[in-house]
Amino acid sequence: MTSREKVRRALRHEAGPVPVDFGSTGVTGLHISCVAALREHYGLDRHPVRVCEPFQMLGEIEDDLAGALGSDCTGVNGRTTMFGFANEGWREWRTPWGQEVMVPEGFRVRVDAGGEHYLFPQGDTTVPPSGHMPASGYFFDAIIRQEPIDEDRLDPADNCVEFQRLAPEDVAHWHREFVRVKGSTRSVTGGIGGTGLGDIALVPGPFLKHPKGIRDVNEWYISLVERRDYVHRIFSHQCEIALENLAEYARIAGDAMDILFVCGTDFGTQNSQFCSVATFDELYAPYYRRINDWVHRNTGWKTFKHSCGAVRPLMERFIDCGFDILNPVQCSAKGMEAAGLKTDFGDRIVYWGGGVDTQHVLPFGTPAEVTAQVTERLAAFSPSGGYIFNTIHNIQARTPTENIVAMVDAVHAFNQRGG
Amino acid sequence: MPQLSELTAALAAGKRAETVRLTQELLAAGVRPQTIIEEGLVPGMAVIGEQFKRNEIFVPEMLVAARAMKEAIKLLEPLLAAAGIKPKYTAIIGTVRGDLHDIGKNLVSTMWRGANFAVVDLGTNVAPERYVQAAREHGAQIVGLSALLTTTMPAMKETVALLKEANLPGVKVLVGGAPITQLFADEIGADGYAADAGTAVDLAKRLVGDAA
Repeated sequence: MTSREKVRRALRHEAGPVPVDFGSTGVTGLHISCVAALREHYGLDRHPVRVCEPFQMLGEIEDDLAGALGSDCTGVNGRTTMFGFANEGWREWRTPWGQEVMVPEGFRVRVDAGGEHYLFPQGDTTVPPSGHMPASGYFFDAIIRQEPIDEDRLDPADNCVEFQRLAPEDVAHWHREFVRVKGSTRSVTGGIGGTGLGDIALVPGPFLKHPKGIRDVNEWYISLVERRDYVHRIFSHQCEIALENLAEYARIAGDAMDILFVCGTDFGTQNSQFCSVATFDELYAPYYRRINDWVHRNTGWKTFKHSCGAVRPLMERFIDCGFDILNPVQCSAKGMEAAGLKTDFGDRIVYWGGGVDTQHVLPFGTPAEVTAQVTERLAAFSPSGGYIFNTIHNIQARTPTENIVAMVDAVHAFNQRGG
Repeated sequence: MPQLSELTAALAAGKRAETVRLTQELLAAGVRPQTIIEEGLVPGMAVIGEQFKRNEIFVPEMLVAARAMKEAIKLLEPLLAAAGIKPKYTAIIGTVRGDLHDIGKNLVSTMWRGANFAVVDLGTNVAPERYVQAAREHGAQIVGLSALLTTTMPAMKETVALLKEANLPGVKVLVGGAPITQLFADEIGADGYAADAGTAVDLAKRLVGDAA
């Protein structure tokens, strides 16, 4: 059975070996420092790893490492990064923690006297920076560049500039990407951007030189209460564009792809949600349903929803909107215990993640604790399929390599035992 | 003259314009700024904190109420300062070194202001020694540390250690943030852990011995 067949079987909720994902999306990957450490551990070719996602500083999982980790999934990457520059023209760069890595040509950083790192949108150092990595940090955060808000002059079009029809260079890029993955034995996840509704990482527009509209994170959340019509108009516009783009993307990708990453908007905090069920129904559900319905009517893809946090009260809604997959399944959040999630929703949605806690056990536990939790989660989530193993969100910097290896070994051991 | 309870209700509903208008009307009617805060605004923020703890409202509604609170306080603070009236307690707050996240920290800051604390907000990416320095300089009773990242939890540990080493009399250290737990707070020697902004108010009041 190929990796792709394993994934497809799990997506159909059929029992079998548990498929594994490391690195097919920007929320299922590894920090670049961990990627380098794992390459070293597995005795793979030593070379500076590529930063495949500069916002979170994720490292590229090359084919040899994917094989060592037993990953059954791969991803097609976007043409440009979160900071608006193209993923091309690779050159070496030394990180603040002293690692030699490869970054795209457009990755332009300015370092101040205190060692704070600033990254520029579209690689343009003549405009204010849009990303900030503290001297002791491991990834970038968006710099808020909010112009003064004049309530009477707010125009939703200002928040829609990033939602455009695919440019010819995007189309050419996707053609190249799908040629690259065609024939892969791994399952392919893709996405086109623009289908995520109000993803707080994207609201500040780190890829824009001069963002306008509502770009401050607090103001965005306030808009969900006080400027709801404004938000509806953004979502409505981006939904229209997304459906047109998806049609073109589907013509290029066809059945070379299995999963569409739709949205990374977080609806959960550690103990609660970011909105009520009623707000979700009114503000988000109609748009999600349109996108998911279109995908299901026109392609064979499954749709992937990422949301951190305590989202149990929204689970029925996610399912009702047509999402096929939930990630990262934050079992450490309130009400998100693995067994309960599996019993209550596990036959109607695929869990992609939840395999080990990246807040506590994986970075701070012992290898034995990692093994125990991974085994327990596999036992809870895997019966009757509907489960893809992944950590709860990306593996963070400073995670001990022996813990990551213990996790990988525990998954293999579980599958070898036949579950 | 409007009733103080109307101000409480307006703030609890997050009605910014009404909160500001009622504050102005109460001032114009001769109600003391301190009374407006203690009997109008503080109970309003307490309602917000309770509703948040019970999952009846969420972060967006908290932010809306916090903004209304801030604007009312902006009207009152100069008057309080002119009259030489200071909040009963002082708190220092900041997000630890290496961490730039501030939504949770800002909410706690506003909630503390609404509970009779003068709050010195050091911002984000704060070096351990700055907390110590600020606590000394302002004679704080509470120091609040926030961290959203697992990678900055060690910085929180380092900061708590430095604060303890400084042996500041009467200073209690509170910690919070997504990856933080009571267990971690105990391990690093913090005096308290709050899972949300509402709890942070109760905890800070308890630690300073305010029986309210």
